[in-house]
Amino acid sequence: MTSFQFSQFLPALPEAFLAVAAMIVLMFGVFKGDSHSRAAGWLAVFALAITAALVLGSPVKTTTVALNGLFVLDSFARFAKVLVILGSALALIISLGYLEREKFARPEYSVLFLLATLGMLMMLSANDLISLYVGLELQSLALYVTAAIRRDSLRATEAGLKYFILGALSSGMLLYGASMIYGFAGTTSFVGLAKAFASGEASIGVIIGLAFVVAGLAFKISAVPFHMWTPDVYEGAPTSVTAFFATAPKVAAMGLLVRVLMGPFAELAGQWQQIVVFLSVASMLLGAFAAINQTNIKRLMAYSSIGHVGYMLVGLASANESGIRGVAVYLAIYLLANIGTFAVILCMRVRGTMVENISDLRGLSKTSPMLALALGIFMFSMAGIPPLAGFFAKLYVFMAAIEAKLYILAVIGVLSSVVSAFYYLRIVKLMYFDEAADPFDKAIGGEMRWVLAGTSAFTLLFFVWPAPLVTGASWAAKALFPG
Amino acid sequence: MSDWPLLSLVIFLPLLGAAFIAIVRGEPETVARNARAVALWTSLLTFLLSIFIWTGFDKGNPGFQFVERAEWLPGVNFTYHVGVDGISALFVLLSTFLTPLCVLASWKAIQERVKEYMIAFLVLETLMVGMFASLDFVLFYIFFEAVLIPMFLIIGIWGGPRRVYAAFKFFLYTLAGSVLMLLALLAIYFQTGTTDIPTLLTAKIAPGLQTWLWLAFFASFAVKIPMWPLHTWLPDAHVEAPTAGSVILAGVLLKMGGYGFLRFSLPMLPDASMYFAPLVFALSVVAVIYTSLVALAQSDMKKLIAYSSVAHMGFVTIGIFTFNTQGIEGAIFQMLSHGVVSGALFLCVGVIYDRMHTRDIGRYGGLVHRMPLYATVFMIFTMASVGLPGTSGFVGEFMVLVGAYQANTWVALFATTGLILGAAYMLWLYRRVVFGPLTRDDLKTILDLDAREIAMFVPLILVVLWMGIYPASFLEVIHGSVASLVDHYHASVAPASAAPGAVR
Repeated sequence: MTSFQFSQFLPALPEAFLAVAAMIVLMFGVFKGDSHSRAAGWLAVFALAITAALVLGSPVKTTTVALNGLFVLDSFARFAKVLVILGSALALIISLGYLEREKFARPEYSVLFLLATLGMLMMLSANDLISLYVGLELQSLALYVTAAIRRDSLRATEAGLKYFILGALSSGMLLYGASMIYGFAGTTSFVGLAKAFASGEASIGVIIGLAFVVAGLAFKISAVPFHMWTPDVYEGAPTSVTAFFATAPKVAAMGLLVRVLMGPFAELAGQWQQIVVFLSVASMLLGAFAAINQTNIKRLMAYSSIGHVGYMLVGLASANESGIRGVAVYLAIYLLANIGTFAVILCMRVRGTMVENISDLRGLSKTSPMLALALGIFMFSMAGIPPLAGFFAKLYVFMAAIEAKLYILAVIGVLSSVVSAFYYLRIVKLMYFDEAADPFDKAIGGEMRWVLAGTSAFTLLFFVWPAPLVTGASWAAKALFPG
Repeated sequence: MSDWPLLSLVIFLPLLGAAFIAIVRGEPETVARNARAVALWTSLLTFLLSIFIWTGFDKGNPGFQFVERAEWLPGVNFTYHVGVDGISALFVLLSTFLTPLCVLASWKAIQERVKEYMIAFLVLETLMVGMFASLDFVLFYIFFEAVLIPMFLIIGIWGGPRRVYAAFKFFLYTLAGSVLMLLALLAIYFQTGTTDIPTLLTAKIAPGLQTWLWLAFFASFAVKIPMWPLHTWLPDAHVEAPTAGSVILAGVLLKMGGYGFLRFSLPMLPDASMYFAPLVFALSVVAVIYTSLVALAQSDMKKLIAYSSVAHMGFVTIGIFTFNTQGIEGAIFQMLSHGVVSGALFLCVGVIYDRMHTRDIGRYGGLVHRMPLYATVFMIFTMASVGLPGTSGFVGEFMVLVGAYQANTWVALFATTGLILGAAYMLWLYRRVVFGPLTRDDLKTILDLDAREIAMFVPLILVVLWMGIYPASFLEVIHGSVASLVDHYHASVAPASAAPGAVR
């Protein structure tokens, strides 16, 4: 009997380890105090590394259901979990120096990162509406606190409150939708739901419930028209927290949306496809046009991420295997380019104070050439110019859209990418064509250099050896299309 | 030699040079000197290697040669596949020929951020050669669009007063065109299951779909070449770019559009090409006449030459869409000739711009008294641009007109008008700049060409005369592939057009 229970538990070993590690880091912080925040941070990064190793150590290309059907571990979950852990770890690493300089370094920061990551891992393995909700809430609660962690800053508190209220609203909508689905289908298990909808028919109540669930998740990925919180929270939250918000939670929420729509509701694709197409078109267009007039780089990145979510949704709207592969590739490339960009933003300090206007980047190529080169690479990549990584991300999602014959969606997508190229180029223009403004402070931590070098090298040289990432993404997509 | 990956070597050697320049450290003076030297030697070596492509080219073989192939993107079978045929071989040579000259032309003109400048040019060379040599559609697209990045930086960093506007206009115009081509490319992939160009050249695509795909390709290539009315980015980009940037822009980048029509639109979409040929003719004729008239009214030398480029490219598009051997060979020859001649003309402008820092025609006059060598050089290229027999310009235009007469007499008639207008604006330009009395005080001390500039112009003059006097050395490389392209085209459209009337 005991061995049976242990095997039920084994697929969730990384999550269990992470939960224990979070407690250990918490204890460490309580006993050692604020002066040991950096040590707590590195401890948390170490814990994340072990968690990633545990995820990677599980047998590949297999699907295991555990914890009485609440939990599933397949290639898709594995792929997305590695991305989430990588995103959290890198976001934590680039925070360390910033927290110390801005004097709010506390061990709780690292603990909250770990708890949020744990919630994301649970989300990605959700195989039941209940476990989905539990994972999502664990993540969200940790993130609400993180947004407001700078208690004495008015802007950060406001951002935290705004994020909490809208996040709670979206969770409520999701829960309402989930209860509708349960009421009409009689089960919360994804397997049971998939069986119930196998014919491709569903009652109107299920469709309404599904629409609510999608709306709730669209809040989390900040797809238009559920995006209003994003620019304000990105701008208000401390920059290191924004770097985290823009990366790991986006991956987790997008992964969850893919899992829900391609899992239990795969046969109802005809019903949800038009919702996703609408979200996608609206996000791409708003992301392209609204960013043009931004002067604050964090707001600009908020609109940029809204636009990128739109492109990812192009892959999901295709509802085929190559579409999911496209989403997976896009998430990975988006994650690393965003971490890199925020690492540069965290270096934007003039005489000891953080600056956030994009005009502060003027002439950066003369004052800090390497920083300008890295940001230039990220901007060209996000604009989708080959041979940088961002081009391949767009190539894979648009390929899926053409395969699914969504021609109009694809044309709107590529044209809005031309519009968005304008504001990415504007940053390059400020850095390379304009005369220098005040130079940034040179003191960049060693860990920051490594993160910048790694992410920019990946973005620049992805085309040399794309096979590992693309193969991983293909396995991930295949896991959602059994047989 | 045949065992060597010669083509890949030619493609990536400049990139190696760029990497080498990137790691150079030291005093700004030393870095600049080393960057110039490395860039010059790398590009010269690349040119020498590319000569082996020309000499080793088997003229009897209309297919692809120097082919190399490797796995690249998994799951979708996009491959790294390169090779050249008669259509692309000489464009590779044109790119490698012009790059060292550009480095020489920038020797003194560029004093700021020399290292970055040279890196940009070497990267640009890799991308240009790679684009002409790609035999995989996705690979082609990557090279085709990646060119935008170095060119954007070259115009924006080292350009003139309105450089920011020009750089953005260049980038966004071209990007808007090429993203539509990307979708067309993906649509072809799902129609035929491959992006391999040699396979696609013989693939059949449904005529209904061809129309849309053709328009998507047209959006990209017509902006690039550029065709009227999509040409407005070109004068801005040319005027603001540094001299060497204009040389590459006019010499090679414009040819990407013409090459695209020849490589993709004609063989892959023959029915749509036939259907749209009248449209292309109409736009080209307008381009030839209208832009020639506009060129007559310019007071800025670079702008004048930029508009003349649009007119010359009008000849190219006419030649391509005649669908006969003379027309297409003439179009290719005209592109090569224009690449050399317009590049040389921009260098001529650069020479006096470096001395006087103005391109205003009214500021010059009587240069022949102080600069006899320069006057001679400028005259040779003016004559080549006008199309004087014995220069390269004549051969291309003549062949295009021969082809056009067979296809449509009216088109040929209007295009010939362009020749006369071309002679008018070029000769007038020459008269105003070189002849007349030397009245301006600051011109009285102007110096003639120095050794570096002579070294720059001598190869160009030799090539222009060689192409004009003995064009066979170039045409015999082109001929085999063009003949098979024309045969394939007529074989693909014949069943459709012959069926109703059955006249032949």
